[in-house]
Amino acid sequence: MRSIIQYYAQWIREGKLKVNSDWNKDLKIKFTVQDPCQLVRKSLGDPIAEDLRFVVKSVVGEENFIDMVPNKSNNYCCGGGGGYLQSGFNDARRKYGKVKFDQIIRTGAQYCITPCHNCHSQIMDLSKYYEGGFYVVHLWTLICLSLGILGEEEREYLGPELKEVGL
Amino acid sequence: MKEDAIKLSEQKGEFRKKVEDLLPEGNLDLCLTCGTCSAGCPATGLENMDARKFLRMVMYGMDEEVTTTPWVWMCTMCQRCIYACPMRIDIPGLVYQARASWPREKRPKGILGSCDMALKTETCSAMGASVEDWKFVVEDVLEEVRETQPQFKDMEVHIDKVGAEIFLNQNSREPVTEAEEMVPLWKILHTVGADWTYGAKGWAAENYCMFLADDKAWEEIVRRKAKAVDELKCKVWLNTE
Repeated sequence: MRSIIQYYAQWIREGKLKVNSDWNKDLKIKFTVQDPCQLVRKSLGDPIAEDLRFVVKSVVGEENFIDMVPNKSNNYCCGGGGGYLQSGFNDARRKYGKVKFDQIIRTGAQYCITPCHNCHSQIMDLSKYYEGGFYVVHLWTLICLSLGILGEEEREYLGPELKEVGL
Repeated sequence: MKEDAIKLSEQKGEFRKKVEDLLPEGNLDLCLTCGTCSAGCPATGLENMDARKFLRMVMYGMDEEVTTTPWVWMCTMCQRCIYACPMRIDIPGLVYQARASWPREKRPKGILGSCDMALKTETCSAMGASVEDWKFVVEDVLEEVRETQPQFKDMEVHIDKVGAEIFLNQNSREPVTEAEEMVPLWKILHTVGADWTYGAKGWAAENYCMFLADDKAWEEIVRRKAKAVDELKCKVWLNTE
């Protein structure tokens, strides 16, 4: 069993995935990334967190990436895991998630990249509920945006400043 | 009159006995009560509970409280506490066992329903996507991309391609609620020339039986998924996350 993030990193290193961050050179849109607990702390540890950062920085530009603190294996859970989203304890889930929300806000990033589905749903909900105003995107969206192959119908989670980029 | 100190070794909770058996490395007596676990835990304070308190309650044999507090469903078992604990005490393991001690039908409906749905669906989809639904959605979305995006007119997406290098799983959320989100992933795989396939069965990435703390069902789901990978003779079981 492997994570696709390992492959993304490998393909970029091998030159098969020719991503670059030119699209963001002038836009200077800032991104942060959520380390999924299941993938990082509970499974593959800091090496996968490093791969994740390598991919993200290759795609959005090193100068446009802002890490949360703490991060990698020491990162806080967003509150989307363990069945929380389906448990019906929504008030508790949002109180739990306030820690993550504050952490994201402190980065000042306009986008939070979430490689995990539960993180994606939870952090979207947190941004909306606490009126954070930041967007929450899958990693594949940004990889394709950077490659110039992201279709019009594949931009559901992008904000207005990225809706047209590379079309 | 001075009260005698409480001797932890003399506390005889059933739950404690059970977890001591199940967690051979987790000598619960090693807790230093330093509070590092709860200090860095987002679930601290919910239901007037926290990780350190929960562990102490297990130690004191407070079975009733430990096995009924809804807090165990408000901790995500993210393992930050054990990561930070100087004695490596497996608090998430205790939480899991406390979840498992709830009568199955009393566990949160949403999690229970998702587990049961996966059990009765060949695809293991917690949202109940059938083999037919799955095939239809994949083919439909692929056809549209081929027609509307000329540079991908030759893109292929296989279902049940025997001998492919990679078996890709997929969270049910995509085919059921946002099918277009599969497309960027396909494009990446197409661009690098990956030899990959989906399975008609066992492709769903989620496993709510694990969150439900239903060991048997959890194992059943994992075995069914692994079997789907093995039957197609794929070398790599690839998670989209």
